[in-house]
Amino acid sequence: MSRKAAGPEIEELIALLGRMPGLGPRSARRAALHLIKKREQLMRPLAAAMAEAAEKIVACAECGNLDTISPCTICQDARRDASLICVVEEIGDLWALERAGVISGHYHVLGGTLSPLDGIGPDDLTIGKLVERARQPGVTEVLLAFNATIEGQSTAHYISAELENAGITISRLAHGVPVGGELDYLDEGTLAAAIKSRRPL
Amino acid sequence: MEIQRIGQLTGVYAISASCQFGTQLSGKPARHLYLTRVSLSDFRNYRNCSFTLDEGSAVLTGRNGSGKTNILEAISMLSPGRGLRGASFSDLACLKGAGGWTVSAHLSLNGDHVTVGTGQKPDVARAGQSSRVVRIDGEQASSSGILGDYLQVLWLIPAMDGLFTGAASERRRFLDRMVSTFDSAHRTRSNQFERAMRQRNKLLEMGERSERMFEAIEAQMAEIGTAVAAARIEALERLMHYSGTPVANGHNGFPHAVLALEGVLEQALQERPAVDVEDDYSHILASGRDRDRGAKRTLSGPHRCDLIVRHGPKDMPAALCSTGEQKALLIGLVLAHAKAVKDARGGLAPLLLLDEIAAHLDDLRREALFEEIETLGAQAWFTGTDREAFAPLRSRAQFFDIDDGTVTPMEGKDLPGPLPMRVG
Repeated sequence: MSRKAAGPEIEELIALLGRMPGLGPRSARRAALHLIKKREQLMRPLAAAMAEAAEKIVACAECGNLDTISPCTICQDARRDASLICVVEEIGDLWALERAGVISGHYHVLGGTLSPLDGIGPDDLTIGKLVERARQPGVTEVLLAFNATIEGQSTAHYISAELENAGITISRLAHGVPVGGELDYLDEGTLAAAIKSRRPL
Repeated sequence: MEIQRIGQLTGVYAISASCQFGTQLSGKPARHLYLTRVSLSDFRNYRNCSFTLDEGSAVLTGRNGSGKTNILEAISMLSPGRGLRGASFSDLACLKGAGGWTVSAHLSLNGDHVTVGTGQKPDVARAGQSSRVVRIDGEQASSSGILGDYLQVLWLIPAMDGLFTGAASERRRFLDRMVSTFDSAHRTRSNQFERAMRQRNKLLEMGERSERMFEAIEAQMAEIGTAVAAARIEALERLMHYSGTPVANGHNGFPHAVLALEGVLEQALQERPAVDVEDDYSHILASGRDRDRGAKRTLSGPHRCDLIVRHGPKDMPAALCSTGEQKALLIGLVLAHAKAVKDARGGLAPLLLLDEIAAHLDDLRREALFEEIETLGAQAWFTGTDREAFAPLRSRAQFFDIDDGTVTPMEGKDLPGPLPMRVG
């Protein structure tokens, strides 16, 4: 029988931290020790922040983004371009695009991609809500910003068919040479995609 | 290049692949790609094993179960994919070891020296994960696909003897492996197609009625499936283009094979542009939904393609040929592939792993094979239980004795051949 190095409270803390993505048992132990050592500067403020977040964070009823208010800050921002809806698979993708500051319009978080193998159909995603939003007056473009995977592309195809008669532009992200990329190092598939979607200068 | 239709298989895309067997040997051709050192640790029955060699071919002899094929398998791990047995990476580890394994080799590539290595760490292997580490000159590579930039490895093993009589899926795998040596993206595309098809099969199984769901997945299948079929056709063209003209009767050497692809997309691509074929396949999938629902799987597509092989000189299906003829046909096919790879890679002949190959060949054919490999300039790795079968290679190859996980270079009196006489 293995001997315990600490009481149940510490063991519980380590076990919970160990369930975080990217943390194994070893790094969870290190994180727990760090928190305990910095009880006032870090542990209490973190606990308070987490309690408050757990209490207040809600999914935006409009776009599916996470915020403490619904509709979320982005949906309420009057400076944003209401004619463009950028559709993403997950909230992580929304954050990535926001970090880059490249989307002037609004977002729509789908909550995943269509994948019969994983039991995910149209009703498990927020496609219905997207169609409803896309048909609102003032919306002129829906940008499908999905991963270049089979499931991402199938979902894009499905949504573009759903929005076929909405009278709006449906666009997708370009596939091809990344910024700073060297042709010599690109795989054939990426090169072919880049050639296929070339643009006149 | 010649594209012909064969027999009643109307519309079947056919090209002939054959080997020229020159007998004129004007000196030793330069080998541009060869292994100079091979090291294994905890791989199959090898705990720690390392041996060096020069540019010549290698002959590994030893008793059954001594580990000859394991050496070939180790070398095959230096190419993308899962090696010549198609084993799981976690099954490659020595049972007495910690669970991990490594294979590394020094190779001479156009005069440069490169170290390539691959393996699985014990913790990764124990977790049954399907990933492996690849290192080129000590630097970790992002994927095993990069190995194909350094060395190409082709093999012929006894398990392939029933290729022509066995299931179409075996021939398709054989074909796709050949395609991958010319088109490194083929493997990825095939996997993507497989994934999309599994999504569609799931819909069929669930009795899904939403046409739109089907359309979304079928659009991906059509695009990728057409690319898969086109790559196969291109590879077959290369095989023919690079393998020379048929030998009239293949007297001492190996008969030429007439190859064809039988498949809905492969057939359509010879008559129509790829864009149209993609549309056609979408329609085929759409109109076949009811039929496919009954079968609960997709019944037409590149996953049903078959490689049709005919014995050229006899003009008969390979499956109807004698066992010996089938073996000769297969060797001819692998040699033709090696030549096509060599020319596609600017004269860099691939490594050839030939497991138990001499046993099935008579003296004349064996000699023809050795000469063919010599002309090709490939470093070939032979295995066998009978050392004497390799006597003609006495002065041209390096002999190793394999005994229960050890590799010992042989010289002098241990070598096969008429001189000096061996006892026993």
